[in-house]
Amino acid sequence: MSRRLQGAEVPALPAPERGMTYLRDVGALARKDLLLELRAKETLPAMLLFVVAMLTIFHFALPRGSSDAATLGLLWSAIVLTSLLGLTRAFVAEREQGMFDALVLAPCDRSAIWLAKSLSVLAFLVCAEAVALPAFEVFFSGLDARTVAAVALADLGICAVGTLFGAMAVAGRARELLLPLLFLPAAIPIVIGGVGGYLWFLALYDALFAVLAWATFEYVVAEV
Amino acid sequence: MIRGRGLAKRFGDRRVFAGIDVDLADDGFLLVTGPNGSGKTTLLRMLAGLSAPTAGELELPARRSIGYLAHDPLVYRELTPLENLNLFGRLYRIPERGEHVGMLLERFGLWDVRHERVSSFSRGMQQRLGLCRVLLHSPPLLLLDEPFNALDDDGATLLDALLREQGRACVVATHEPERVIHLATARLAFA
Repeated sequence: MSRRLQGAEVPALPAPERGMTYLRDVGALARKDLLLELRAKETLPAMLLFVVAMLTIFHFALPRGSSDAATLGLLWSAIVLTSLLGLTRAFVAEREQGMFDALVLAPCDRSAIWLAKSLSVLAFLVCAEAVALPAFEVFFSGLDARTVAAVALADLGICAVGTLFGAMAVAGRARELLLPLLFLPAAIPIVIGGVGGYLWFLALYDALFAVLAWATFEYVVAEV
Repeated sequence: MIRGRGLAKRFGDRRVFAGIDVDLADDGFLLVTGPNGSGKTTLLRMLAGLSAPTAGELELPARRSIGYLAHDPLVYRELTPLENLNLFGRLYRIPERGEHVGMLLERFGLWDVRHERVSSFSRGMQQRLGLCRVLLHSPPLLLLDEPFNALDDDGATLLDALLREQGRACVVATHEPERVIHLATARLAFA
């Protein structure tokens, strides 16, 4: 089997101009995702409701006098599961309306699709956490600057890895099963880094998986 | 424009087709016919570069040269026609995008509803918008899967006029071959 392409895929542009074009593509795609959510109002309200409900359940489920480490563990569980909810919805429009084909056919760099989608998921996750973190402080207390920094760093890794897996799951038949099966094991280091407050570890995770996801997305969507 | 030799496609154990040869000149018109499930859509996806052949050799033009209309119009339903075409115009680097988008919407009778969400459109209007998206970057190769689907008489007339335009290659898969058979330079009939 072989397949050859005639002509250049992308016209040759000077590097700075190529970079600007790439960023403009990312901006246009991310704007589209935010606009879709603004119109549909499906993902963000669900994430907000879910994270508050989880923290409320944890508040009543956890014995009084539990340690800060235990409560922090619950916060991280809530964040990971809430992000999973957002990631499950991330490619719904592309899946249900066949839009992956249209995006993949466009002559832009395919990693721009991943970056834009990661940014939009990040925006939803940050909004959910803007409610979740104060709620956690009310229910449990013990929120410090280090934890907030860890959450911010973890968000980057969650969105980078989760968006890649979300795109992979779109291609699969049992996509509702596939995403949690791929994402939750990959999120274990994030929980370890988050509970322990290892900021350097989270930063390393972000850098490693962002580069990996950016470089491999092209192949993930090659035959979605 | 396209050259394929011995193309085959399998999904697991199921063979969709095998041994297909495709030659399409720059101004050629390939008509693809066959019953449901015979592999027309699979072939068009393959010619669009969206699905790799299981066997055979395939030479395709660059992505930007292809305009692909699938069963679905491939537009975001929660966006307006203007927002959809502006997005794809941006991704295809269309110069003077606004003017070009406006002309297309006017041509396909969607100018008056350019600010309405696509989800409120009939299937025929969505198909018209799908055709606008396909033509947005003036591709020299059109791959159209059941393009007459849901189009009313006016829409079908517009599409007829589009297909008659010279200077581009077309591959059309359809259950209504009588509509375009007079334009075809080659025919591929799946059993």
